[in-house]
Amino acid sequence: MQSHILSIILFTPLVGALVLLFVPKENKGAIRWIANIFSLGGFLISLPLVPMFWAQRFEVTPTHFKFLEGTPNNWIPSIGAGYNLGIDGISFLLIMLTTLLGWISILSSWTAIEIRVKEYYVWFLVLQTGMLGVFMALDFFLFFVFWEAMLVPMYLLIGIWGGPRKLYAAIKFFLYTLLGSVLMLLGILFLYFHHHTVTGVFTFSIPELYKTAPLIPFHTAIWLFVAFFIGFAIKVPMFPFHTWLPDAHVEAPTAGSVILAGVLLKMGTYGFVRFSLPFFPAVVSHPRVQSWMIGLSLVGIIYGALVSLMQKDMKKLVAYSSVSHLGFCTLGIFTLNSMGLTGSVLQQINHGISTGALFLIVGILYERRHTREIAEYGGISNVMPLYATITMIMFLSSMGLPLLNGFVGEFTILQGAFTANWKWAAWAAPGVVLAAAYLLWLYQRVFFGTVTNPKNEKLHDLTPREILTFVPLIIMALWIGVYPKPFFQILEQPVNQIVQTIHDNSNANAPVNAQVAPAPAPQALAVVGPKVVGTNVAGPKASN
Amino acid sequence: MFFLNHIWLIPLFPAFGAAMMFFFGRRLQKATVNAVCVGAVVFAFLFACFTVVEYTHFAHGTGHPFEKIVYTWLGSGDAHLSFLKKDGTTAQFNADAGFLLDPLSSIWLLFVTGVGMLIHIYSVGYMAHEGGYYRFFGYMNLFMFSMLTLILANNYMLLFVGWEGVGLCSYLLIGFYFHRKSASDAANKAFIVNRIGDAGFILGALTLSWYLGSFRFTDINTLARSGHFAIGDPVLTAAALLLFVGACGKSAQLPLYVWLPDAMEGPTPVSALIHAATMVTAGVYMVARSNAVFVLAPTAMKTVAIIGALTAVFAASIGLVQNDIKRVLAYSTVSQLGYMFLALGVGAFAAGVFHVFTHAFFKALLFLGSGSVIHAMSGEQDMRNMGNLRGRIPTTFKTMFIATLAIAGIPPLAGFFSKDEILWQAWRSADGGFPYLWLIGFGTALMTAFYMARLIFLTFYGQPRMSHEVEHHIHESPKSMTGPLVVLAICSVCAGWLGVPASLGGTNAFGKFLEPVFAREVAASVAPAEPQEPAGEEHRGLEWTLMLLSVGAAVVGGGWAYGHYANAGKDYPEPIAVKAPPLYTVLYNKWFVDEAYDYAFTGRRKIGKIRLGAMGAGEASSWFDAKIIDGAVNDVGWVTRAVATLSTWWDKWIIDGVGVNGPAILARMISYPARLFEWGLVQWYALVMVAGLLGFGVYYVWK
Repeated sequence: MQSHILSIILFTPLVGALVLLFVPKENKGAIRWIANIFSLGGFLISLPLVPMFWAQRFEVTPTHFKFLEGTPNNWIPSIGAGYNLGIDGISFLLIMLTTLLGWISILSSWTAIEIRVKEYYVWFLVLQTGMLGVFMALDFFLFFVFWEAMLVPMYLLIGIWGGPRKLYAAIKFFLYTLLGSVLMLLGILFLYFHHHTVTGVFTFSIPELYKTAPLIPFHTAIWLFVAFFIGFAIKVPMFPFHTWLPDAHVEAPTAGSVILAGVLLKMGTYGFVRFSLPFFPAVVSHPRVQSWMIGLSLVGIIYGALVSLMQKDMKKLVAYSSVSHLGFCTLGIFTLNSMGLTGSVLQQINHGISTGALFLIVGILYERRHTREIAEYGGISNVMPLYATITMIMFLSSMGLPLLNGFVGEFTILQGAFTANWKWAAWAAPGVVLAAAYLLWLYQRVFFGTVTNPKNEKLHDLTPREILTFVPLIIMALWIGVYPKPFFQILEQPVNQIVQTIHDNSNANAPVNAQVAPAPAPQALAVVGPKVVGTNVAGPKASN
Repeated sequence: MFFLNHIWLIPLFPAFGAAMMFFFGRRLQKATVNAVCVGAVVFAFLFACFTVVEYTHFAHGTGHPFEKIVYTWLGSGDAHLSFLKKDGTTAQFNADAGFLLDPLSSIWLLFVTGVGMLIHIYSVGYMAHEGGYYRFFGYMNLFMFSMLTLILANNYMLLFVGWEGVGLCSYLLIGFYFHRKSASDAANKAFIVNRIGDAGFILGALTLSWYLGSFRFTDINTLARSGHFAIGDPVLTAAALLLFVGACGKSAQLPLYVWLPDAMEGPTPVSALIHAATMVTAGVYMVARSNAVFVLAPTAMKTVAIIGALTAVFAASIGLVQNDIKRVLAYSTVSQLGYMFLALGVGAFAAGVFHVFTHAFFKALLFLGSGSVIHAMSGEQDMRNMGNLRGRIPTTFKTMFIATLAIAGIPPLAGFFSKDEILWQAWRSADGGFPYLWLIGFGTALMTAFYMARLIFLTFYGQPRMSHEVEHHIHESPKSMTGPLVVLAICSVCAGWLGVPASLGGTNAFGKFLEPVFAREVAASVAPAEPQEPAGEEHRGLEWTLMLLSVGAAVVGGGWAYGHYANAGKDYPEPIAVKAPPLYTVLYNKWFVDEAYDYAFTGRRKIGKIRLGAMGAGEASSWFDAKIIDGAVNDVGWVTRAVATLSTWWDKWIIDGVGVNGPAILARMISYPARLFEWGLVQWYALVMVAGLLGFGVYYVWK
C-alpha cells in the first residue's frame, strides 16, 4: 500500500464522484450518504499516511521527496510529462488539511444544499481530487492539469449554489485566477525549454527542473519570478490582488468558503514555497525583491485587518481577516529563513483550521436566518450557548491566543521576521492587536447583549452533526497549540532544504551591484537578512 | 523532592476544575461546582505550600532556582530548527513547558494560591444567587491556571501563555454580565488595550532571544550578569523598554491604564482577585523577573520609575472625587501599582515585590469588603447613597477599616512597611539630587489616606442616605464571605512584619529571602551602587524622619477626610468641588483621557466630520479597497467589455461589413445588370424576345 498510497488518497474522491453519477438525482438522501461516505473515506484513507510519514520524517532521499510514485516522463514521453507523485513535510501537512477539511465541508453541506444536490457533490469531490493533486504532483504538466481542474468546480460551486451576486463573483474569481495561471504557464514553458537548452532533455519533472532553474541568469529569472509571482499572489491573495476574495467568499456556499479559505488560498503560498523560492533563489534573495515582497505582506496584514474592522457582513469580515492572516504567511516565506518558513507553513495549516471553522460558524447562523448582516444579530449567546462557546474558542485561535494553534504559527513567523530584520516584526505586530479588535468587536455585536431582534429568539443550538464538524478542528487547534513539536519536526527537513538552496545560490547570479556582503556583519544582517551569510558558493553556477 | 518534581501539577489542579466546568458544568449541582472548583484551588494552595517548604530545604537558603522541564513546547526538540542571532551565530529555537521555582516565584505562588483560595470561598457566598454559577467558577479556575503558569514559567514564552491566559480570563469575567453593553465594552477594552502591551512584550522577548539566543530566564540572567554587556547597552535597553510596554498594559500604567477602572464591571470577587491582588501584579513580576536585563538599562529603569510615579499620583488624583465605591478602589489599585513600579525603577526590586505582597492582602480585603457592602446594599455602588453602615455590617466595617489603615500606611500594619521602604528607596535614588520621585510618592501617600478615609466615612459613618427599601434589606454577609475578610484582615496587619527594616530593629527577612534573585554578584563591578545595601547609621535619622513624615501625611489626609465626610448627610458638599470647581470637573471626568483616546486612537468619536484612529483608518481603507483597488479591477473588466463591444461592432460592420460583405454587395451590384439576362423566367425571355423583335421591327421601319 505504501507505494500507492498517494494515488489512493488522490483518487478516492474522484471515484466517489463517478459513483454518484450513477445515482438518480431524485434520491437526495442516497446522494448525501454516498458523498459523505466517500469524503469521510478519503479522510480515513489518508490517516495511515500519518504514521508512515512520521517514521521517515528525518530520512534524506535524493530528491527530498518521499512516497514517490511513477517516474518522470512516463505519461506523455514525447513531451516529457509524467504521472509522478511525491510529498515532503510541507505537502504532507497540506494534504492532511485538505482531506480533513474536505470531509468537514461535505458534512456541513447536508442541509444547506437543497437544489441540484447531485451535481453539487460531484463537483465537490472533483474539486477535492484537484486540490490533492496540486499538492502531490512532482511534474509540472500534471501540476498544471490539477491546478486548472480545481478552478472549474470552484467556479461552478460559486456560480450555481452561491448567493445573490453569484455570477459576478464566480466570473471574477475565474477570470482573475485564470489570468494568474496563464502567466504561470508561460513561466513553466520557459523553464521547460531552458531545461532542454541546458541538458538536451525535454521534461516537466519538478525535481529535474530544480537543478537547472537556478542557473537562469538574473535578468531573465526576475521576469520568470514575476510571472509566477502574479499567479501565486492572486491565489494567496496578496495585497493588492485580493479583491476577488471577499466577493467569492460572500457569494460562495458555506462549504465552498471553507474549502476556498482552508485549501485554495494555500495553493498560492504553497507555490511560493515549492516553486518561487527554489527556482529563483537569486531573485527572491535580492534585497530589492525581498523588500517588495515583505512590504506587500506587511501592508496586507495591517490593511486586511483595518478593512475587516469596518465590515458589516460577517463573511466579508472573515474574508478580509484572511487577507491579513495570509499576509503573515507570505511574510514568513519571504524572510527566507527556517523560522519564517516553518512558521509560514504552520500558519497555513492554522489558517485552514481557524478560518475554515469561522466560515462554518457564519454558515450556521446564515442557514438559520439567511442573513449575514452583523446588525441583524445580538445576544445570540442567550439562545445558542454551545455555539457561542465554540465560536469563542475559534475566535481565540484565529487571533493567536497561546495554547491554541494560531499563536504558534504567528510567533514563529515573527521570530523569523525579527531575526531577518526587526522592523518587519515591529510592523507586523499591530496586526495582532487589530485581529483582537475586529474579532472581539464582532463577537460583542453578535453574541453579547440581549436578544433585540425577535427573529433570533427561536434559534436552535447546534445539532449533533454541526458539533461533529467542529470537533476535529478544535482538537487540531489544541494539539498544535499545546504540543506543536511533531509539526516542527515534520517541517524541519524540507524547510532547511529550501533555505539551503537559497543560501547556496543567493550570490551566484546576483548582479554585481547587489548589496550582498559575504561577511556576516551584524549591521548588514539587520538590513538584508540572514541569507547573505553564505560564502560557499559551490555547485554549477558559472554555466551562464 | 516529590512536590518539586511535580510542580507542574499546581497549575493543573485548577485547569482540571475549569475543564470539568467546560464539559459538565451545566449539569452539575452548585455543591458539586463548589467541591470541584474551590477544592482545586485549595489543593493548589496546599501543594504550593509543600512545594515551597521543600524548595527552601532544597535551596538551603542560597536561592538557587529549581527548574523542571516537562516537554519541549515550541521548537522541534533538536538543534536543527535554529535562528540567527544578532552576532551572526545561530541559536536553537526552543521554549519548553518548563517550570522554575525561586524565591521570587515562591512568594507569588503562595499569595496567589492563598488569596485565590480565600476569594474562591468568598465567591461561594457572593455568587450564590447569580446565574451562570458554573461558568463563573470555570473562568475563575481557568484564571488560576493561567496565573500559576505565568508565575512558574521558566521562559518568556511560557510566561506569555499565562500572560495572555489571564488576559483572556479577565476579558471573560469582566464581560460576565454580558447582557450589559457597558460590561462587554469594558471587556473588549481590557483585552485590546492589553493586546497593545502584549505586542510590546512579544517584541521585547524577541529582542532578547535575538541578542542572547534564548527565552529562558536562567540563560538570560546568566548572560546578562556575565559582564559581557555594558551598562546602557542599546539593544538591552530597547528590550527592557519593550517588556515594560507589556507591563504597562497588564499592570495598568500610564498610558495603558484605561482598561482597569472599567474592568470593575465584572463581579466583585473578580475585581478583588484579578484586578487588584494577582493579575495586575503580573507586570511587576515580569519586570522583577527580568531585573538582570533592566539593571543594564538605566534609561529603561528611569522610565519605569517615572511612569510608576506619575501613574501613582495621576490615578490617586482621580480617586479623590469618584463616587462609585469600586471605582475608588480601582484607581487606588492603579496608583498602588505605580508605587510598585516606582520601586522597581529605582532599583529597589525587593521593596516593590514586598509592596505587591502586602497590597495583595489589603486590596483584596478592600474589594471583598466593598463587595460585602454592595451585597448588603442590594447592589448599590454609589457612596452618595450609603452612610452609617458600621453598626449594620460590623464585620465588614471592622475588616475594611483595618485594610484602610494598612493602605494608608499607619504603623504597624502591612502597608506601612512596604510603602515606607519604597519612599525611602526613592529618596535614596536621588543620590544627592532633588528627590522628586520621593516627593511624588509622598504626595500620593497623602491623597491615598484622603480618598480611603473618604470611602470609609461615606460608607460607614455619617447619616444613612439610602432609600427605605434598601435600608430595610441591609444585612451582614454570610460566613463564607466574612470568613475570608477576617483572614485577610489578619494578613493585612501581620504581613508587613516579614519585612521590618533594620532601622526599626528588624531583619527584613523578606528582602533577605529575595536577595539571591536580585543579586548581581558577577556584575557588581559594572552595576551601579546597590541601593539596597544596609543603610548606615548616619542614614537612620533621615530614614526615621521620612517615616514620620509619611505617617504624618496619612494622619493629615485621614483627618482631612474626617472633617469633611464624617457627618455627611444628604447632599453633602465635596470639598474640592467647593474650592476649585474646574479642578473637580477635570478629576471627576478622569482628566478626559477616555474621551481623548476615543478621538485619537479608537475613532469612536468624530472630530467634526473626521474620524481618526483605528476606525478612521478602517473606514479609509474600506473606501480605498472598494473604490480604488476593486474599482480598478472592475474598470479592467469594464474596459474589456467596452473593447469587446467595440470589437463586435468593428467585426460586424467593418470587417464583416466592409471587408467581407462589402465586396459581395459590390459584386452583386455590378452583376445585377448581367443577372437580368439570366433571370430564368421563360415569360421574361419571351417578353425580351418580343421586345427585341419589336425593337428591331421599329428600327428597320423607322430607318
